Amino acid sequence: MTTLNRLSIEEASRRLAAREVSSTELTEACLAEIERTDGKVGSFLEVTADLARRQAAAADARLASGDSAGPLTGVPVALKDLFITEGVRTTCASKLLVNYVPAYQGTVARRLEEAGAVLLGKLNMDEFAMGSSTENSGLAKTRNPWDLERVPGGSSGGSATTVAARQSLGSYGTDTGGSIRLPASYCGVVGLKPTYGRVSRFGVVAFASSLDQVGPFATTVRGAALLLGAVAGHDPMDSTSINAPVPNYNEGLGESIRGLRIGVPDEYFAEGIEADVEARVREALDQLKALGAELVRVRLPHAEYAVPTYYIIATAEASSNLGRYDGVRYGVRKGEQDGLRAMYGHSRNAGFGKEVKRRIMLGTYALSAGYYDAYYLKAMKVRTLIRSDFTEAFENCDIIASPTGPTTAFRFGERSGDPLKMYLSDVLTISTNLAGLPGMSLPCGFDRGGLPVGLQLIGRPLDEPTLLKVAAAFEDATDHATRLPALCEAKAHGSEDAAL
Amino acid sequence: MKLSGNQVRHVAALARLDLSEAEIETLSVELSAILDYIDKLGELDTGAVEPTTSVVAMKAAMREDVVTNPCAPERTLANAPESRKGHFVVPRIIE
Repeated sequence: MTTLNRLSIEEASRRLAAREVSSTELTEACLAEIERTDGKVGSFLEVTADLARRQAAAADARLASGDSAGPLTGVPVALKDLFITEGVRTTCASKLLVNYVPAYQGTVARRLEEAGAVLLGKLNMDEFAMGSSTENSGLAKTRNPWDLERVPGGSSGGSATTVAARQSLGSYGTDTGGSIRLPASYCGVVGLKPTYGRVSRFGVVAFASSLDQVGPFATTVRGAALLLGAVAGHDPMDSTSINAPVPNYNEGLGESIRGLRIGVPDEYFAEGIEADVEARVREALDQLKALGAELVRVRLPHAEYAVPTYYIIATAEASSNLGRYDGVRYGVRKGEQDGLRAMYGHSRNAGFGKEVKRRIMLGTYALSAGYYDAYYLKAMKVRTLIRSDFTEAFENCDIIASPTGPTTAFRFGERSGDPLKMYLSDVLTISTNLAGLPGMSLPCGFDRGGLPVGLQLIGRPLDEPTLLKVAAAFEDATDHATRLPALCEAKAHGSEDAAL
Repeated sequence: MKLSGNQVRHVAALARLDLSEAEIETLSVELSAILDYIDKLGELDTGAVEPTTSVVAMKAAMREDVVTNPCAPERTLANAPESRKGHFVVPRIIE
């Protein structure tokens, strides 16, 4: 009973369907683990224990009467605090929204409810999803379970740590420039960013509307596939959502990848990649070759322009999206005694953290009169070039592979003093968002210090099936995903090791 | 690209951020460094390139003009910093 929180989603789902375990038992195991370790890790901004217990009981009733809602019925998961959840505080990790309780349900939360999943709580993140380490949270600190003095990555830090620390069986985050893949890499879990438009953004607090995408975290590829399947699909409430059928993402996993071509871009193995990171990723490529895939050299000639392009487009879109925080209808209000203009200026300045202000300023400048052509229009044109690099590369390969990040998890404070240094953490993930492609990170080993290394796989638009197939083949042939952070090993008083 | 204090003040006014003097000074340095890096894009000849505004085919989604999600006023006002008689209360804007 005490190790139920360590089950993979697919195994938990199987046991729930076979009535070998109840959702209540699973949920209590997760809540107990959160109680035991979250003081150290800090994944959660809010644990919704009462709600979770009610949902678990409801799921058990459905499973007992043979009325399962699908594979996620009764599975305990958690959501980045960027997801609008009706009646449950949603802060975006910002002081500005510290008391905001949504009066409506976002699509992801609604689909999870309909799928019978159990919500354990809301997870810490970089404020308004702006950051690569979760150090920009305005409300709490999240630590990497593998080394509590290191960052978990960001902006979906809590989403990664809660799965890595086996507090939740799965979670969801968002990825605008790497915010699912980088923390997945730093925390040794599977993180998937689907094709832009695959999952509805209605109820996802907007950061950069042409880049934001929702995706799952899990300990296994099959688990991530189940989580994706539950939320993917067209939504009339999101006019950027794609109207295409959602396949069964778990079908075909385990099949041979013989003959698939893996593109290896020169530009993603350039200098700046830590030696151990490159070593683990090259070993992973050898493993894929041993499984029958063909390695193909490809070029992404405009790769070095991705970060500057992103920091114009994302900040410009953010400056527009964050204009809604004006102290009028919700959020912090200050300075109203000095008039409307003062209210806007003081409310926003008091509510937003440093990085958010920095990005609003950058974006406003890039869009302002006299600078729009030189910055925003220019960036949109370079985006076209970056996108066509991938289109060309995919004529010679089916999947592109690289490290997820240039390094493993860094120490707190190491990059936060230099904005540009922090931005460059995303150098390998950012192009995927600019091109709207699906990408994932999966564990492929550890560095000499025992820190997880992530392998990044990128696919063609809507080709999550091939992405997941390659990832599953790699996972089945290796055991990186089975190693747990030391934090998990420390036994609670009086516990017994149940056979898994 | 070096940003002066006055340029930063101008952008802050556009962004409705009432920054302190210290913040203006820090941002002037930080933003200048970031913009220097961004100037790298000038190396590329993009004269003949079409801009990408969206990575999905964007078509205005149409629907019938009927209410599909009635939201009681109390719920909409639930997070209001100040409200009265079904309205959001804000500072006077017309004298």
